[in-house]
Amino acid sequence: MKTFPIGGIHPSDCKEYSKGAKIERFPVPATVTIPLSQHIGAPAVACVAKGDKVLVGQIIATAGGFVSSNIHSSVSGTVVAVEPKADAQGNMKPSITIAVEGDEWAEGIDRTDTVVKAINMSPKEIVDKIAAMGIVGMGGATFPTHVKLSVPDGKKAECLIINAVECEPYLTADYRVMLEQGERLLIGARILAKAIGVDKIYIGIENNKPDAIAHLTKLAGAYLEIEIVPLKMRYPQGGEKQLIAAVTGREVPSGKLPIDVGAVVQNVGTALAVYEAVAKNKPLIERVVTVTGSTLASPKNLLVRIGTPMSALVEYSGGIDGIGKVIAGGPMMGRAVSNLDAPVTKGTSGVLLMPTQESLRKAEGSCIRCAKCVEACPMGLEPYLLSALTQQNDYDQLEAHYIADCIECGCCTFSCPSYLPLLDWVRIGKAEVMKRMRERSQKK
Amino acid sequence: MESQKLVISPAPHVHGSNDTRRMMGDVLIALLPALVVSVLVYGLQAFVVVAFSVACCVLVEWFVQKFIFKRPSTLGDLSAIVTGVLLGFNLPANMPLGLIAIGAVVAIGVAKMTYGGLGKNLFNPALVARVFLLVAFPVAMTTFPEATGAVSGATPLALAKESLKAGVPVGEVMQSVDLASMSLGMKSGSLGEISVVALLIGFGWLLVRRVISWHIPVCVLGTMALFSSITWLCAPEEYMSPLFHLLSGGAVLGAVYMATDYVTSPMTKKGMVVYGVGIGLITMLIRLWGPYPEGMSFAILIMNSVVPLIDKYIRPRRFGSVKSK
Ligand code: SF4
Ligand code: SF4
Repeated sequence: MKTFPIGGIHPSDCKEYSKGAKIERFPVPATVTIPLSQHIGAPAVACVAKGDKVLVGQIIATAGGFVSSNIHSSVSGTVVAVEPKADAQGNMKPSITIAVEGDEWAEGIDRTDTVVKAINMSPKEIVDKIAAMGIVGMGGATFPTHVKLSVPDGKKAECLIINAVECEPYLTADYRVMLEQGERLLIGARILAKAIGVDKIYIGIENNKPDAIAHLTKLAGAYLEIEIVPLKMRYPQGGEKQLIAAVTGREVPSGKLPIDVGAVVQNVGTALAVYEAVAKNKPLIERVVTVTGSTLASPKNLLVRIGTPMSALVEYSGGIDGIGKVIAGGPMMGRAVSNLDAPVTKGTSGVLLMPTQESLRKAEGSCIRCAKCVEACPMGLEPYLLSALTQQNDYDQLEAHYIADCIECGCCTFSCPSYLPLLDWVRIGKAEVMKRMRERSQKK
Repeated sequence: MESQKLVISPAPHVHGSNDTRRMMGDVLIALLPALVVSVLVYGLQAFVVVAFSVACCVLVEWFVQKFIFKRPSTLGDLSAIVTGVLLGFNLPANMPLGLIAIGAVVAIGVAKMTYGGLGKNLFNPALVARVFLLVAFPVAMTTFPEATGAVSGATPLALAKESLKAGVPVGEVMQSVDLASMSLGMKSGSLGEISVVALLIGFGWLLVRRVISWHIPVCVLGTMALFSSITWLCAPEEYMSPLFHLLSGGAVLGAVYMATDYVTSPMTKKGMVVYGVGIGLITMLIRLWGPYPEGMSFAILIMNSVVPLIDKYIRPRRFGSVKSK
């Protein structure tokens, strides 16, 4: 069975808590807070003001540049504030707050359950539509999808890879979408393929989800261009470069992009959002969020309106008693939350609650040169060395040792028997090295 | 919702099962069978040597941390205990306790703590102590008690070397050694060297628990086997057989437990191969043509000193560094 070539780890997948929970529609909250920057790139610019009435699906902020994204209202009601609000980490971020009144949808959105198979738009129209509907990468990276679909001149896309790996432990949102919305997902993938002009679609799924593999393989029988690729379970298989290598055997060289080896990768949630945007004219206003944890009374997969406070989801799934840490996303790459009232955004794939005793780090020892971090690094780096060089502020050496290649997957910290915070240091070193590299290329 | 204090820390938020203490514990478990055999062969004095060595090493580390570095105790990582056991394994069963204490001071106090403690030392602490004792107290280090049923007080390696030097043909030397009982522990030698079978059982445990990989032990022993096969095939009357070399002296103890010490071995698999082959080669050169009957300790220490160089020039394969298909 296929997998990526070097490094990787096997964290326990912990998906059993929520994998059986069908996607449930979460009730519309009383107010939503919609940040203007939920994506990589320039923040969107608000186009509504305090006091305005808005409908579900109405545009409320327009993209602030090419690498940016439109934002739509996820509810109907009155705009009560356009001002900075605390995000999950407590930083003040420009946001639009809307008091909910009813559930009135904007015109032109097809809310029926009918599956629309035909794709009548041209590639250009598809990309424009995706941009208009505010679609971004929903696996967590939140890169605007229309940017990824705009293949630069001189480069050629050869295949589309749907990232159905969901290699983060605990998360099951994509898994549930595959089982419950498989048909729509495949149509979304075909729309994406048409947009970049390729006739080969791979869907990479890890073998810890045999039912999803079986289900999609059956559905994909109707489409010759779609191939389901079962992958050997290993983290971080969902990393873009790792997935491309696992599926096609091609390795994206250091400093290059997936398109340089002819690949475009989109995740499951994104493909579904693309289907809804293109076939149903529905903007990105809601997403599936896994709310889970080992101590939760009832872990869930919820279809949540963007802007819903995380605290509402947590309360609904069993409350916060005995919880020490809340993580937006998965346990390997997700971010710890300090402000539970912060909203679910386009990139929130999960809300993970960790019991108090699992929340604290263990005391650091010293590096015993066991090489476990080197073995685990999927980019072939030497985390022990990068961490030490960062502590010595030796940025030239850090660059020479390819710190910029780090994908921040956390395999090194996970593997270190001395509980060294390797990735904490590597992040610091990488940020500084990237800054220097940018400054250098600007000078040229 | 009632705001409550939440823990904030950067990702990753989970940790694997690797743990220094657990891995050192596994090394101790792996050394158990050999300890049992040494007690069976030499009686309680074998246990006394190992226990005393462990006690001294622990004491020295505790002392240095507390009174010299003024840092919290590091005994919890169990590495001082592992060094203590390995030092004990490298001594004869009738080693005077005073000399063991000196050995512990050299191992922990000099070879480990002067570099800054666990992870910072260049040379394997137990081996530094062994070689120090060998040079300073050669008689105590090479006088082995009669093992129950074992043939003589000298190790088979020393015996073979002496005899061959004196012109005794290999055939006759071989009559005095019985390879089968050698592999079980019926031979003279340092405590931990005597039973190859017990050491290999421990090797299996280390592999199963993923504490070490096969690379270093297999490369060391493989190189020794290859080298001694060549000399043996060229001149069977002058050189001992490969089997004899693998079963005698510290070959397996060194290859599996000393050469694989994390701190003093390379970080990459390729580097481990180079390092292992180097140890095998140097060991055989010393055994066949050097002044000492056993060369394993010197070989490991020599290769320890090359490790920084190996790590500098042999790097892991980076993702994306091969040409795309
Ligand atoms: S976080 Fe970076 S350095 Fe650590 S294992 Fe992942 S890619 Fe390697
Ligand atoms: S995993 Fe930790 S102890 Fe082992 S080499 Fe890397 S940094 Fe050092």
